[in-house]
Amino acid sequence: MSMTAQHKAALQRLGPLLALVAVCIALAFMSPDFLTVSNSFDVMRQVSINAVIAFGMTLSILLGGIDLSVGSILAVSSVLAAMMMTGGHGAVLAVAVAILAGAAMGSLNGVVIAKGKVAPFIATLGMMTLLRGLALVFANGSPISGFSSNFFATLGDGYVARLIPVPVVLMLVMFAVFWFVLGRTVFGRHVYATGGNAEAAKLSGVNIDRVQILVYTVSGAMAALAGVILTSRLDSAQPTAGAGYELDAITAVVLGGTSLAGGRGWIFGTLVGALLIGVLNNGLNLMGVSAFYQQVVKGSVILLAVLLDRGGKS
Amino acid sequence: MKGICKSFGAVRVLDNVDFNIAGGEIHALVGENGAGKSTLMKILSGAYAADGGGILIDGQPAAIHSTREAEALGIAIIHQELNMIAQLSVMDNLFLGREPNVFGVIKRGRMHDEAKGLLSKVGASQVDPDRQAHSLSIGLQQLVEIAKALSFNARVLIMDEPTASLTEREIATLFTIMRDLKSRGVGIVYVSHRMEELFSICDKVSVLRDGHFVGERDVAQTNFNEIVQMMVGRELKERFPKRTVSLGPVRLKVEDLSDEGHISHIDFEVRAGEVLGIAGLIGAGRSRILNTLFGLDRQVSGRVLLEGKRLSVKRPIDAIAAGIGYVTEDRKGQGLVLDWSVRENTTLVHLAKYSRFGIVNRRAEDAAVKELMEELHVRARDAELEVKSLSGGNEQKVVFAKWLARPPKVLLLDEPTRGVDVGGKAEIYQIINHLAAAGTAIVMVSSELPEVLAMSDRILVMSEGRQAAIFDAKTANQEQLMTAATRGVRAA
Repeated sequence: MSMTAQHKAALQRLGPLLALVAVCIALAFMSPDFLTVSNSFDVMRQVSINAVIAFGMTLSILLGGIDLSVGSILAVSSVLAAMMMTGGHGAVLAVAVAILAGAAMGSLNGVVIAKGKVAPFIATLGMMTLLRGLALVFANGSPISGFSSNFFATLGDGYVARLIPVPVVLMLVMFAVFWFVLGRTVFGRHVYATGGNAEAAKLSGVNIDRVQILVYTVSGAMAALAGVILTSRLDSAQPTAGAGYELDAITAVVLGGTSLAGGRGWIFGTLVGALLIGVLNNGLNLMGVSAFYQQVVKGSVILLAVLLDRGGKS
Repeated sequence: MKGICKSFGAVRVLDNVDFNIAGGEIHALVGENGAGKSTLMKILSGAYAADGGGILIDGQPAAIHSTREAEALGIAIIHQELNMIAQLSVMDNLFLGREPNVFGVIKRGRMHDEAKGLLSKVGASQVDPDRQAHSLSIGLQQLVEIAKALSFNARVLIMDEPTASLTEREIATLFTIMRDLKSRGVGIVYVSHRMEELFSICDKVSVLRDGHFVGERDVAQTNFNEIVQMMVGRELKERFPKRTVSLGPVRLKVEDLSDEGHISHIDFEVRAGEVLGIAGLIGAGRSRILNTLFGLDRQVSGRVLLEGKRLSVKRPIDAIAAGIGYVTEDRKGQGLVLDWSVRENTTLVHLAKYSRFGIVNRRAEDAAVKELMEELHVRARDAELEVKSLSGGNEQKVVFAKWLARPPKVLLLDEPTRGVDVGGKAEIYQIINHLAAAGTAIVMVSSELPEVLAMSDRILVMSEGRQAAIFDAKTANQEQLMTAATRGVRAA
């Protein structure tokens, strides 16, 4: 008796999770340091920045779009927050402004895409370059440091209950929010509808322009949040920070099984995808594999995962 | 073809099916959606391999493992979705994959000449072989496909729903070509849902039902009712169920409506409970009227009144808010999110009704979907099934269901029974009747004249973007409608 289509689909959805578990088990055997509580939280903290960006990226990819500007938005937000704090403003206000600025930059992406009818790849590619330039202009090309706020330091380096790093908590909270919004709200349903068949969505009364603008706004805000965490971790804002982060985020989303064609995917997959990348990095480090080989391994894993995914569909 | 069997997974799609086609004969293959017609033809043309049974050509067993092998044996298929590459020229399409060449360099001169010869054989000599394929009308593209089939010296030509997107005139041309091919000894397998055509062009008809061969008849010795009975396995009580509705007040009034150049000076009104049919040739602007009313095309002049109040519709959202629904002709492209379940598609339009503060109440949603599925007789094992796994008729019922969560004041229908089999059509007609009885005003565009005549109260005929006439459906006939549609707007 062959498997039913539903079983197959369920198995396919769990594929990334099985891969993550398999890699973890393998690493636990190969390195005794891997499966300790402290190392586990370390991995998750390293993953958190990419995961937070990737949650936002999941939305734009669900629409059948992409957001290449997240790395640059991260840098601009980071520089803005740093400038405000060194300029004597409070950390809470600085963080709020950084995230609002990220949202504003994202909404600009959304407007260009929805109202200007520009392909998301091109629109966000332009924005990526433009904003990188702005970050360098604002920071005058050099890092900004010297923050005195305890609250700000906690965001990247603090612990909840002396055990769980704050960035990990932020990541899990964001995960829960995205899970709820995508699965249970009208907005989430409209994101899937627009990505699955924009024409049908429009004819069914979905305001697809608004959906697109909101999605890129959220993506920008998430990049800014990642920027805040990174700035706090480094205790310094770098105008060159975040370069290439868009590719890590896209990798996490795709590894998690979200279709680049839009309309299909889930946020849990993205979390798993981000963790899988982080675990590989960590494991290869623990085993003392050279940085050059690490890239070869990571690239191979990505290709393998995507090929398996395709194989399941045909 | 003898004793053909084919299963997909555990599902047996064809069970011991026989099918014979003689040279110089046009043979209709009919059956409801899912009866196995397409699978049978895909086996004959080499796209699928049969699990059992065999194909005999001139009494000799033939092994067909690929489309190439089928073509070599003189069997060609023309799919419903034409297989032309839009950016290539007509002759590039004709010779795709077997271009006359010397060491890889195409001999364009020879290709051009041969293309001309082939095109003139199918009465399309006016087509320049260098023209890009996408610049041809669907009708001409179809002739090019036939020309391509002839270039293989096809002895058996399979045509899958060839008339689905042709105008009446193009259909007439196609039939002439088909008769010509027949007189030259080609056997044609004709797959179609359109019963009228079957009786006007075919010699024989074979019927499939649920993967079984039901029987073969001479067209001259059978009739509509017998064929339908063979197809659905029971007697279809009424092809067009009757409706007795007393009309209410004027619901929708359209005055001097024009869009950006496709339609102009459209005037009509529809009462509550009334069905206004819109007939005309393809391209006459029938769908444009609906698009303009729904906010897809821009209204340039004129007034639209809903229940006496001036309506300003700029986007579909405005139309929906006013109580207008639209079942478009392109079910897969515009009606459904195909990857989605029946449930998600059903509630897409009125999701807000089942949510509070933007959060969807799944219990309310599930209950509403269950109710709508029962009301419209959507046959799906459960609401979580992907909508694309349903038959055409059931897919269409889901599109209707989208609009019925809140009964619309006006429902616009564009080819509501396209790609729906005979049994499904009757059910769609029932839905339309129930809606009318509940007081919805319905505007229905259709290319099937018997359908327009039977289902409408009044019929508006479009011709070249203008309103040619409005008929009372009780007294009108097909000839009147066709005359009005083709003569254009007289100097009026």
